[in-house]
Amino acid sequence: MPATTFESARPLLAVVVSLAAVPLIVASSRRPNLREAWTLVAAFAKAGLVVSMLPWVLAGRTAVCRLWELSPGITLALRVDTLGLVFALVGSTLWVLTSFYSIGYMRAAGEHKQTRYFASFAVCLSATIGIAFAANLLTFLVFYETLTFATYPLVLHRETPEAKAAARKYLAYTIPAGLALLVATAITWSLAGTLEFRPGGFLTASMASPVALRLLFLLFVLGVGVKAGIMPLHSWLPSAMVAPTPVSALLHAVAVVKAGVFGVLRVTGFVFEPGLLDSLSLGTALSWVAVVTFTLASLLALAQDNLKARLAYSTVGHLSYVVLGAALVNVWSWTGAILHLTFHAILKITLFFCAGAIYVRTHRENVSELAGIGRQMPVTMAAFAVASLGLAGLPGVNGFVSKWSLASGTLMADQRLFPLLVVSGVLNAAYLFPIVHTAFFRRSPAFPRFGEASPLMVVPLGLTAVASVVLGLAPNLGLHAWDLARAAAVAVTP
Amino acid sequence: MIESNLPVAIAVVLLFGTLAVVSLGEWRRGLAWPAAFVTILVFAAMSVALLLIVMRRGPVRAPIAGWAAPIGIEFVVDGLGAFVVTVIAGIAVLVALYAREAVGRETPGRETPFFAMFLVLLLGLAGIVLTGDLFNLYVFLEIASLAGYSLMAVGDARAVVSSFRYLIMGTLGASLYLLGVGFLYTLTGSLNMADVAARLPELASNPALLVSVAMMVGGVGLKMALFPMHLWLPDAYTYASSTTTAIVAPVMTKVSAYVVIRMLFFVYDLELVSRELPVGTILAWLSAAGIVVGSVMAIAQTDAKRMLAYSSVAQVAYIGVGIGLASPLALVGAVLHILNHAAMKCCLFLVTGGVTLQTGRRSIAEYAGLGRLMPWTFAGFTLAALAMVGIPPTNGFFSKWYLVLGGIQAGEWALVAVVVASSALTAVYFFRLLELIYAAPAEGLTASDPGLGMRLPVVALGVGVLVLGLGNAWFVTHVIQPSLPGALRAIT
Repeated sequence: MPATTFESARPLLAVVVSLAAVPLIVASSRRPNLREAWTLVAAFAKAGLVVSMLPWVLAGRTAVCRLWELSPGITLALRVDTLGLVFALVGSTLWVLTSFYSIGYMRAAGEHKQTRYFASFAVCLSATIGIAFAANLLTFLVFYETLTFATYPLVLHRETPEAKAAARKYLAYTIPAGLALLVATAITWSLAGTLEFRPGGFLTASMASPVALRLLFLLFVLGVGVKAGIMPLHSWLPSAMVAPTPVSALLHAVAVVKAGVFGVLRVTGFVFEPGLLDSLSLGTALSWVAVVTFTLASLLALAQDNLKARLAYSTVGHLSYVVLGAALVNVWSWTGAILHLTFHAILKITLFFCAGAIYVRTHRENVSELAGIGRQMPVTMAAFAVASLGLAGLPGVNGFVSKWSLASGTLMADQRLFPLLVVSGVLNAAYLFPIVHTAFFRRSPAFPRFGEASPLMVVPLGLTAVASVVLGLAPNLGLHAWDLARAAAVAVTP
Repeated sequence: MIESNLPVAIAVVLLFGTLAVVSLGEWRRGLAWPAAFVTILVFAAMSVALLLIVMRRGPVRAPIAGWAAPIGIEFVVDGLGAFVVTVIAGIAVLVALYAREAVGRETPGRETPFFAMFLVLLLGLAGIVLTGDLFNLYVFLEIASLAGYSLMAVGDARAVVSSFRYLIMGTLGASLYLLGVGFLYTLTGSLNMADVAARLPELASNPALLVSVAMMVGGVGLKMALFPMHLWLPDAYTYASSTTTAIVAPVMTKVSAYVVIRMLFFVYDLELVSRELPVGTILAWLSAAGIVVGSVMAIAQTDAKRMLAYSSVAQVAYIGVGIGLASPLALVGAVLHILNHAAMKCCLFLVTGGVTLQTGRRSIAEYAGLGRLMPWTFAGFTLAALAMVGIPPTNGFFSKWYLVLGGIQAGEWALVAVVVASSALTAVYFFRLLELIYAAPAEGLTASDPGLGMRLPVVALGVGVLVLGLGNAWFVTHVIQPSLPGALRAIT
C-alpha cells in the first residue's frame, strides 16, 4: 500500500467540535438538560469524526490540515498519523462514556457551578485532540498549554481551601513545565530549522554538542514529564484528586496525564533520532528514571488509605510504564508503550468510575471504610475487580497484552529492567487486590443499605470493564488497537 | 499625491478635531464626546489607510510647507511608524467608546476639556511617530507630555501630586533628549533623521556622539519607565482617572519605546556605536532588572490598579530587552509587544476602571466573587490576564516566543532565563486574582456589568488578544519584518 498524504478538514473538525459546544453550553446554563445535551452531541460528534479517520490510517493514508502560520516558517497544522490517532481514539471514545457518567455524578453529588464544569471539560477535549493531531512542536505546545489551563478550573472546582491549594500546586508544577517546553521548542527551531514531527526524529548529532543536546533533552523531559508524572515531578497529581471524580477519571487518568506520556513518545520517537538517544545514553537514563518512578509509586500506593489517592499513585506508576517503553525505542517496547497508553486508560477510568460511584452512594473515600460494599454494589465492585486484575497484568484482561509487549521490549533492550517490571506487577496486585478482598469478603456490622448508583454511572463503568476483558482476549477487535500500536512502533524504531 | 499628504492630514485632523471639541463642547456639553469620537474614527481610518499604503508602496515622505528635506521638516512614515500609529488609533477608538459613559461619571462637568486634552495627547503621540525630524519629535514629545500631565491630574486628590512628579521627571527626560539632539546638530549640522544617519558613520568614534546617544536613550528611557527611572509610573497610573490610565498606559510608554528603536536602529547605527559604548547590553540588562523588579513589586501590591502599573514596568521592560538584544527576532518580539501589550493592558485597565465605577472597589481583596456578578467584564479580563502570563494561543505567548528565539539568536541565555522566569512571576499575581474572582464568594454585593459602551471594548480586546495571537505571523511577515533595518530583516 503506498503511503499518501492528502488535505482534509476532518482533523480540524474533530478538534473544534467540542470548542464550538462551549458557547452553547454557557448559553444554556439555566436549562441543565439542554446544556448536557450539547455535551453529549459534541462527544458523539467528536468520537464519530475520530473513528471515521481510522480507515485512512489503516490504509496508510495520512490526512493533514495546514491552517496558517503561527510564526514565520511554522504553520498551525494538524496531521493524523498512527500514534496521534491512537491517542485521539482513546480520548474521544472515553469522553462519550465520561459525559454520561459526569451527568450522573454531578447531579447525584449536587455539585455547584456545573456550567463552568461542562464548559471547561469541552475545552479540555478540544485541546486533547489538538495534542494528538499536532503536526509540529509549536502546534503541540499551543494545545498542550491550552489543556493545562482548561484543566485549572476543574481542579479548583470545589473552591474549598483544599481545592485551592491543589489548584495552586497544579499551576506551580505545570507553568514551569510549559516554560521549559517553550524554551526547548525554541532551541530546537534554532538548531534544526524545522519543528515538524517526523517518525524517527529530525535532531541529529551534528546539530549541537553532546552536552547541549543532553540539556535540550532534559528541558523536553521537564516539559512533558510533569504531566507524565515522572518522579520527582509527580506530586501535583495526588493533590489534584480533590477534583470531582469524572475529572480524575478522564483527565487525571486519561487525557492530561496521557498528553504527558504522549509528549514523551513524540520527543523520543519524532524529535530525537533513536540513534542519538542511544549514543548520548539518554534512553537508558530515562528508562531508569521510569523504573524508579513505577517502583516507588507502587510502594507509595500501598500506603494510601484514600481510594482516589491510591489510584493516583497507581496512575503515576503506570504512566512510567509508557515512559519506559518510549525510552527504550525498540519495536516491542514501543508497541507495549502505545498499547499501555490505551489499555491503562480503559482500566484506570473503570477504577475511577467505581470510586466515584461509591462516593456518591456512600460518601466514603477510604479503602478501610469499604468492608462489605461488594454485596451492596455488586456490579460496580465486579468491574473494579476486573480492572484490578488488568492492571496487575493477569492474562485474559487487556493489561496483560501491553505489559507482555513491554516486558519483551525490556528483554530486547536491557535485561536488568525485566525483574523490576515483574516486581512492580506484584506490587500492583498488592495495592489493588486488598480493596477487592475488603469489599467482598469483609463484613462490617453497622453497614447501612446502599444500592448501585444510577445507570448513567453504572453502565459506563460496566462497558469499560467488559471492554477490558474483550481487548484482553482479542486486542485487535473493533478499533484495531494492536495493529495501530504495531504500525506506529514500526514507523519510529530503527 | 493623496498618500504623501496623509501623514500631515492625520495631524491636521486631530488639531481641528480638538478645536471642534472645544467649540462644540462649550456650546452644548453633550457634543464634546461625539466630536471627539468622530475625530478619532477618522484618525483610525486614516491610520489604517496609511499602513496599507506603506505596506504596498514603501515609506511615505511628506515635506511640510514646501521646504524640501533636509532643510525643511518632513514627515516620514515607514512600516514601523504606520504600525505604531495604527496601534495608537485602535486603542484610542476603544478607550473613546468606554469614555462616553466613564468620563461623565468620574469627572462630571469636565467632559469638554477632558476630550480636548485627549485629542491633543493623540496628536502629540501620532506626531512623534510620524515625524522624520529630530527637533520636531521633541516638539511632539512635549505636546504629548503636557496633555498627559493635565489628563493625569484629573483623578482623585493624590493625582495632582503624582502628575506633578511625573511632570518634573518627564521634563527632565525630554530635556535630556533635547540636549542629545543639540549634540547631534552640532556634529552633523542637520536635524533630519535620514540625513543625520547618513552623516554619522564617519563620526562613529567621536565622544560627543556617544554622549548624545547616552542622553537620548537615557531621556527617552525615563519616559519609557526604564529601570531604575520607573518610579514616577506607579503613582501616576494609580491615581489618574480610569479613562486616562486606559489610554496613557497602553500607548505612551510604547511610543517612547518606539523612539528608542527609531534612534538606535535608524538614526544611530547600534552596531557601530556599540563598539565604543555597549548601549544595547546596558539597555537589555537594565530592562531585565526592570522585569524582575516590576514583577516582584506587582506581586506585593494590594491595590489592583497599582498592581497593573507595576506590571506595566515589567512589560515595557520586555520591549527594552528585545531592543537591547538587537537580534532580528528579538526586535520582532519588541515591536510586536508594542501592539500586544497595548491590547492586553488597555483591557485590564478598562476592567479596573469599570469595577471601581460599578462597585467602588479598588483593592485586590475586594475583587472576590466578581466573576459571577460581572461575567462579560471578567471574561475579557481573564483572556487579557492569560495573555499577560503568556499562555498560547494568546498574543502574549508570541511576544515571549520571539524574545526567547531572539535571545537564543544572540546567545544571551541569562536574558532568556529572565524573560521565561518573569512569565512565572506574572502567573503568580494574575492567578491569585483569578482565583479570587472566580472561586471566592462575593459578600453581600450586588453589582452588574457596566453599560454596553464600557463593556464592548473589554470584550473586543479579550477576543483581540486571541486573534492577535493566532494571527501574529501576518503582522510579523507583512508589517514588522519589512520595516526593520536591512541587516535585521532576515529570519534566521
